Amino acid sequence: MNKASILIIDDEAQIRKLLTITLESYDYHVQAAVTAKEGLAAVASHPPDLVLLDLGLPDESGHEVLRHLREWYSNPIIILSVQSMEEDIVKALDNGANDYLVKPFRTGELMARIRLALRKVLQDENNPLGEFGDVTIDYAARTVKKNNVVIKLTATEYTLLALMGKNEGKVLTHHYVLHQVWGPSYQNESQYLRVFVAQLRKKIETDPNRPVHIITESGVGYRFVGK
Amino acid sequence: MNSIYKLSRKNQYLISLLTILSMAALGFAIERLVGYRVIAFLLLVSVSILAMFLDIIPVILAAALSALLWDLLFIPPRFTFAVGTTEDRFLLLMYFIIALIHAVLTYKIREVQKEVRKREEKANAIKFYNTLLNSLSHELRTPITTIIGATDNLMNADKLSEKDKIELLSEISIASMRLNQQVENLLGMSRLESGVFKIKKDWCDVRELVYTTLQRFEPIISNYRISVFIPENFPLFKLDFGLMEQVLHNLVSNAIQHTEEGTDIIIKADCSDEKLIITLSDSGKGFPEAEIHRVFDKFYRVQGSRPGGTGLGLSIVKGFVEAHNGKITLTNLPLRGAMFTIEIPTEVSYLNRLKNE
Repeated sequence: MNKASILIIDDEAQIRKLLTITLESYDYHVQAAVTAKEGLAAVASHPPDLVLLDLGLPDESGHEVLRHLREWYSNPIIILSVQSMEEDIVKALDNGANDYLVKPFRTGELMARIRLALRKVLQDENNPLGEFGDVTIDYAARTVKKNNVVIKLTATEYTLLALMGKNEGKVLTHHYVLHQVWGPSYQNESQYLRVFVAQLRKKIETDPNRPVHIITESGVGYRFVGK
Repeated sequence: MNSIYKLSRKNQYLISLLTILSMAALGFAIERLVGYRVIAFLLLVSVSILAMFLDIIPVILAAALSALLWDLLFIPPRFTFAVGTTEDRFLLLMYFIIALIHAVLTYKIREVQKEVRKREEKANAIKFYNTLLNSLSHELRTPITTIIGATDNLMNADKLSEKDKIELLSEISIASMRLNQQVENLLGMSRLESGVFKIKKDWCDVRELVYTTLQRFEPIISNYRISVFIPENFPLFKLDFGLMEQVLHNLVSNAIQHTEEGTDIIIKADCSDEKLIITLSDSGKGFPEAEIHRVFDKFYRVQGSRPGGTGLGLSIVKGFVEAHNGKITLTNLPLRGAMFTIEIPTEVSYLNRLKNE
């Protein structure tokens, strides 16, 4: 298997060291940058498979780095932040970050997020079938199966689930989902999202109260996980 | 005596006026029996009594009024302000001076008392903050000491067996988690008190809120008997999901920390007149009745409770509930255990009862 390359952009030497040691022990190829300027230059000269970006950089905010990168760079970007402020996280996700972790985080969690983000890169965009453990979405036939049994979904439920399936592992903000599924005029009508997520969970989750596919990211959005 | 301090100025004047008038009336009734000079003492006593309770100005006015009334109603020639004899003129002057001295002295004594009380309160506050600082430094330094000690030991790894190494590492891990929890609480508290604290309400599915919170306690939560009662087709409410999650998290965490494994923890949600009501009850020991009103106080910890808390969890709960204009109460249950009740007035949406398109 090819070693995936990861670029860390973080001004804290301790965090860079910790992440470098951890990631290298999992066989990733690691580069590190200290400032926003260094980080942007590093992505441009050797585009990595994934970027771990700290939001609090000394020279420029991580949000700015994210905005610059997303003008041309499409590989996954995971935000690391000491701020658990939801607005900050939502802003980063809406600006194209794939995922976020709030410091302090467990190594297991970090590695899971990295694997999830990289998995998307390896997936075949033209495959009409999305397989997510016991749930399968056939994007061509617009059908969904759970444990090989076809589930009846309404049109809106299907659109919602398909959007999540296409973005497996990625945190989708409430605004983004409302915009994509219901249209721009519904961006603030989060009640629709709540109701449809609850309905969808009843249909695709084994225990809708303990969902394993549609995971709630408090105050931020939803993450679809294929287990 | 303290409660009378809080009387409004207007009421003080009224009390002082009425007292003097009624004493004058009494004097009028008994004047024939005792003579007009005894009436002066009667009035003087009432001014002294007023001085014990009222502010200085109403008392001085009472003194002046009573002197005038005595002159007008009792000193011969009666019903004029004229004073017949030199002796009476002298008495009237003495009366006024004594009444004033009473008013001023009593006022001064009360000021001194106030000062003493203030000093005592300050001393108590200092004592309170010292205890607090002690408990806080204990809660923060214990895990830090563990981490520093364990890492020092691990650096001399050749003297340690594999088993010891693993034990030290797990101690470091537990200490870090504990430290993280304390820091989380301190940050939550400073966020509440920063003044820039904003609440962001959005439609929330209470079922999702409760289960998301509970999921964060896995696997430890499976050692408790958790039951959740939320009615079918429960409406959506406008709440700050993140804050409410923190509220439930702290309540569940509190229940887990202070009860034995196997304890029942029951979470119920209900809705009545645009109000969301969430209760969390457990079948633990309950709270000492005498301390129940203090459990939401900042840094307060119930006497003899297990170590490992800063006494901030429940005050953050209260702060976040109040940020929603809601209120939280704690009661002991009749048989055993305790129940927290949260009531939040908020917008309600029954969208989920509409037919699916």
